[in-house]
Order: sequence, then C-alpha cells, then structure tokens
Amino acid sequence: MSTAAVIPHTTTEPWVLPARGIVGMACLITAESAIFIIFIVAYLYYLGKSITGPTPSILEIPIFTSICLFSSSATVHFAVSALHAGRRAATSLWLAATVLLGGIFLGGTAHEWYQLIYRDGLTIRTNLFGTTFYSLVGLHASHVIVGLIMLSLTLIFSLTGHLTEKHTGRLEVLSLYWHFVDAVWVVVFTVVYLLGR
Amino acid sequence: MATQATPNLSQPAGSEHTAPRRIWVEVLHDWVTTVDHKKIGLMYIGYALVFLVIAGFEALLMRVQLSLPNNHFVSPQVFNQLFTMHGTTMVFFVGMPILFGFGNYLIPLMIGARDMAFPRLNAFSFWISAFGGLLLYFSYLGASGLSGAGSAPDVGWWAYAPLTARAFSPGHSTDYWTLAILLSGIGTIGTAVNIVATTICMRCPGMKLNRMPLLVWLYLVMSCLVFVTISPLTAAQIMLMLDRYLGSHFFDTQAGGSAVLWMHFFWIFGHPEVYVLVLPAFGFANEIIPVFSRKAIFGYPAMVAASVGIGFISLSVWAHHMFTVGMTSGANTFFTLATMAISVPTGIKIFNWLATLWGGKIHFTASMMFAIGFLFQFLIAGLTGIMLSVAPFDWQLGGSYFVVAHFHYVLVGAILFMLFSAFYYWFPKMSGRMLSEKLGKWHFWLFLIGFHVTFDLMHIPGLEGMPRRIYTYEADRGWMMWNMAISCGAVIQTVATLLFVYNMIWSYFKGPVAGPDPWDAWTLEWSTTSPPPQYNFAETPTVESRRPLWDLKHPLDPDSHYE
Repeated sequence: MSTAAVIPHTTTEPWVLPARGIVGMACLITAESAIFIIFIVAYLYYLGKSITGPTPSILEIPIFTSICLFSSSATVHFAVSALHAGRRAATSLWLAATVLLGGIFLGGTAHEWYQLIYRDGLTIRTNLFGTTFYSLVGLHASHVIVGLIMLSLTLIFSLTGHLTEKHTGRLEVLSLYWHFVDAVWVVVFTVVYLLGR
Repeated sequence: MATQATPNLSQPAGSEHTAPRRIWVEVLHDWVTTVDHKKIGLMYIGYALVFLVIAGFEALLMRVQLSLPNNHFVSPQVFNQLFTMHGTTMVFFVGMPILFGFGNYLIPLMIGARDMAFPRLNAFSFWISAFGGLLLYFSYLGASGLSGAGSAPDVGWWAYAPLTARAFSPGHSTDYWTLAILLSGIGTIGTAVNIVATTICMRCPGMKLNRMPLLVWLYLVMSCLVFVTISPLTAAQIMLMLDRYLGSHFFDTQAGGSAVLWMHFFWIFGHPEVYVLVLPAFGFANEIIPVFSRKAIFGYPAMVAASVGIGFISLSVWAHHMFTVGMTSGANTFFTLATMAISVPTGIKIFNWLATLWGGKIHFTASMMFAIGFLFQFLIAGLTGIMLSVAPFDWQLGGSYFVVAHFHYVLVGAILFMLFSAFYYWFPKMSGRMLSEKLGKWHFWLFLIGFHVTFDLMHIPGLEGMPRRIYTYEADRGWMMWNMAISCGAVIQTVATLLFVYNMIWSYFKGPVAGPDPWDAWTLEWSTTSPPPQYNFAETPTVESRRPLWDLKHPLDPDSHYE
C-alpha cells in the first residue's frame, strides 16, 4: 500500500456493453411471450368446455404451411449472414424467400379460416372453441403480418441498394423478432393442432 | 473525473439572447417535440401530479359521503364512478407515470449516460400513456350510450366479470376504461423496455453492475417485472374488448366462460403491480437514507439480492386476493406460504436501512423525515399484509375496510411518503432551487397526522365488519364515529398536500439557489449542474466505485479501496 494520494485513474480495460437493439428486442419478446402465455392458458382452460357448436376435431393439421414458416427462420438467418459478409444480392434473395415463405403461411391461415367459417360455421362468437381458437391463432397471425411488413420494407431497401453492411445489426434485430414469431408457432402448433385436437 | 466544468457550455450557442423572448408557442413546441429524457421525465411527473390532485379530490368526495350514516351527498351511481375512477387513476395515471418520471430523469444521470437508449420510443411511451389518461376522463363527456351521456366507468378498478359484459355495462363507459388501460399498458411496456436497455447498454466506463446505484438496480428489477405483469393485463383487456365488440365468450358465463379466469388474469397483473410501484420507492430510500445518515448503504449485495428475490416471489402470490372466491386447500396453502415468504426479502431491506441509520450522523431534513416515516409505516403495512395472507383470517376480513386500510398503508404510508421524500431530495436537481425546509416540515407533520388519523382508524370499522365500496350505512352499526374521524384525517392530508403544491410553486420562483450538490451526495447526478444541461455531462464520466463523488471529494480514502 502506498501512502501517496491515489488519483482515480481511467480504467484501461476495454469497456464493451451489449447492443441496445438486441437488448430492447429481447425485452419486447419477453413481454410478448407473457401475452401469448395468457392466450394459451385461456385456450387450454376452455378446451372441451364449449356448450354447443364445433369442437377442435374439425381442425386439419397445417403441415405444409408450418414447414414454410419454420424454414423462413433459416432463410432470414442466411440473409443476416449474407449482409454481414457484404453479399448484397444474396441478402435480397434470402429476404425475398423469407417474405415468400411467410406469405405462404399467412395464405394458409386465411384458407383455413375461410374453410372453418363457410364450411364448418365456426366464428369467434359460435362457442368457446371459436373464441379461443381465433383469438390465439389470430394473435399469432397479426404478429406474422407485422413481421412481413417490416421484412418487405427491408427487401425494398435492399433492392434499391440502401441496405449496407453497417445495417447488419438492425437486420439482426428484425431477424430476432422473426425467430420469435416462429418459436411461438411451435408452441401454438403443439397446443392447438397436436395436444388439443 | 466526475465533476464537470461546464458553465460556458450550459446553453447552446444562439439560444442565450433568444431565451428570454421566446413566445409560448415556441416553448410548447419545444416540450411537445422533445425526446430529452429530463423533459420527458418532468412531463411524466407534472402529468401525474395533475391526476394526483384529481384522484385525491375524488377520494375526498367519497369521504364526505361516508362521514355520516344515511348520507346522500352524492348519488349511488356517482359513488360507484368515484371509487372506480379513484382507483384506476391512482394506479395507472399517478403511480406509474410519477415513478417512470423519476426513473426517466434520474437513470441516465446516475449511470453517466447522455440519454435513454431509445429517446423516440421514450417520447412515444409518454404520449401514449398521457392519451390513455385523457381518454379515461373523456368518458365523463363522451361515454354516451344506453345509460345516457356522460357516464364514467363504474365497474370498480378491478372490473370483475360479468359486470363488464354488454348486458350489465351498456353504453361505452367500460370501453373507455379498457382502452385507457390498454394504452397506458403499451406506454408502460415501452418505457420498461427503454429502462432495461438503458441500464444494460448505456452505462459509463467503470459502472459495472455491482457499482450501479441501488435506485438503478431497483428500476431494472421493476422494469423486468413490468414485462411479465403488465402484459397479462394487456392480454386480458384484449379479451375483454373481443367480448364486448366481437361477441366472443371469454368471460361470458352464459356460454360457459369463466368469471374466475378474469380474476386470475387481473390479479396476475394486480399483485406484482404493487411491487412495480413499491420497488422504485425502495430505490429512493436506498439513495436518500445513506446520504442523510452520512454513511454508505449497509449490505449492498444483500439489497440487490433481496430486490431480485422480491421480483421473483411477487409472481407467485396473486391468488391471495382470491381466498374468498373459494379455492382448494392446496392452493390456499401455497398462496399463504408464498405471501409470507415475500416478507423475508422485504424484512432484509428494512434491516439494512436500519443498519444504515445505526451510528450515522443523521440529518433530519424534510426529505429524511419522510423517509423515516416510510420505514415505520411500511413495516406496519407489511405486518397487516402478513395477517391478511393467512387464508382463514382473510375469509373473515376480505372485502372489508381492513383491506382498504392495509393497501392504503402501503400505497400512501410507504410509496407516497417516499415520493414526497424524493421530491424534497431531487427537486433542487430538477429546478435548480431548494424547496423550503420550513414548509416541508409543516407538510411532513400535517401529512403524518392526517395519514395516521385516516388509515390507522380505518382498520377498526373493517374489523367491525364494514364492507368496502358501500355507498352508505345505517346509524346503529357503530361505524359513525370512526368514519367521521377518517374523513377529518382526509381533510388534514388535503391541507398538507396543498401546502406541498404551494411550496413547489413558491420555491420554483423564490427558493434559494441549490448549486450542483446541495446535499453533499455521492452519485453521479450531483456532479453536473442543477438543472443539468441538455447533454448531461460535458465529458463521459468514469467511475471506480459505488460512490464516485465520494472518491472525488476524498482522494486519499476512495471507496474503491474497500469494495
């Protein structure tokens, strides 16, 4: 121990903190997960409690569209990697693939709902199954729509050459959101189409 | 290191000669378009104070109605609206915004940052919350429907199903309530995202997590709690909207829906919400008590651990609000034990505050007096909380005035006292002027007396069986004397609050100039000018310990030697 005055000195070790975009998106995902959990709890709680009307047995498992959505997680990841490596054409290509796959999924949901409404006569006000099914799947679909809007905007920026390597961090934040939308579908798919049917 | 030499930079070039001559449109434009965390913080606080006065006035009207038996000062319908609006306003449009206001103002200053992580999200969150509050009160004018024009929400602040169904709540008053809370929830989550990102990503060099001021730690825990508590409420409000507008059946008992499910969803939000409100109050105490005891906080790591512990345990206690609904004995036991368990980390905190006071050179400023009042009243509120956590005791007293007395002891005796303390402590930083200590002490003693007259006595009619939310009562119940005294206490509290408002206005114009560091404190916000310049710090500070200003003032004996 020295007896001389110790002048506080600037720390020499490097001072690195996490990126705020990633942390902010992680927080948003936590909050969104809580919302989804409440809707899933309501779905499970009311399973088999409908007094009248159709039951979950009328549902068909959307295997093809689900595979499309799950693979879009991979394509958006490739888009981030391509942008990071500076391959802009590949970025556009992977982004377009992601938008296309997400669009197919959304079209599949639209077709499913059309069938349910006009073939089976199930609407949100028919019974508890209709209430919980449309609200849970609809909540997820609305997140897909938000994601698709953002991905399409990014695709436009990419095609017009406004998306450069320095935007990798931002595209990564967007891809996090898209991975979350996919992960939620894993849970919703399991609960609604596998366990609940 | 920390103290900044900034006088010539405190105003951007050019604004110096235009400043005194600015017209009000320019000033207004400045505030509406600002993304500066200090201005947004002040707007949050100002907006919350306006609602505090409104909701306090509603409480006063209710106390007038209840002061005498068989009283008809207001109609039963108006009484229902009064307690609904009082509760909703105080929780969503006073408590949350005022705490977020302090958080917004203080967190970047305390961690040595230029602004919050997402300044524009910050402004968005404030305005969306503010819009929610306006929407709630617009119901007084606009909620016309089957029940006629101008009907405020009257379903109670927890809005139990099926009261909220179209059949029982015609018109639009319940829709205004739902939308107001939905908007406030979006704003709250936005601000919480911002606080977490700021705390994790914007700290100045050397500000490791274990060197952060405890206030910032508590805001971090509180914001994480917001994600898992406000979101369920938002989800439940979406369901209620679907029920009311699209005819779905979530809470429709006619179609097999469950009213109890709403209760669960509401209290999964409702109980952690108490901790969302009280954790920042703990944060204020963690900063104020050490400074006025002239000692470092006792047991910093234990304080952090206790805060995180409270955050986790608070998620598993919600159904103690539902003992009277009838649950299985297993559920009753679990929620009784969980509720009792949460008093352990809370007790650790009280122990540490007392240990901080122990042997300190205590300065009895108005701020410190409110903080000490908080300590004792929070203890009593916790004790009645443990009483109510016991399921059989709760079966007897749930839904009585004993419960009202208990939670007002927490909200007023603990949170509001600590907020007043925070005002006396940080007003000089925000305005550049000291609040009057003389008026402050009048405020403290009057408010203390009014508080105890009202809320100590309120336990007694509760024990005698007076139910909450009743419009009036018979003269032979023996509640009259207590209710009269409770109402008199409410008047004393009102006088004290008006004194506080007067003190703020007077001191803002005439108070003594504060200087950068009036309390000889230790955290970074006192190293910059009062009020701080727009950019906060002329150069980014570097810290070596939990008390950077102590290190600066005592270079021979810095804290970094001991931590």
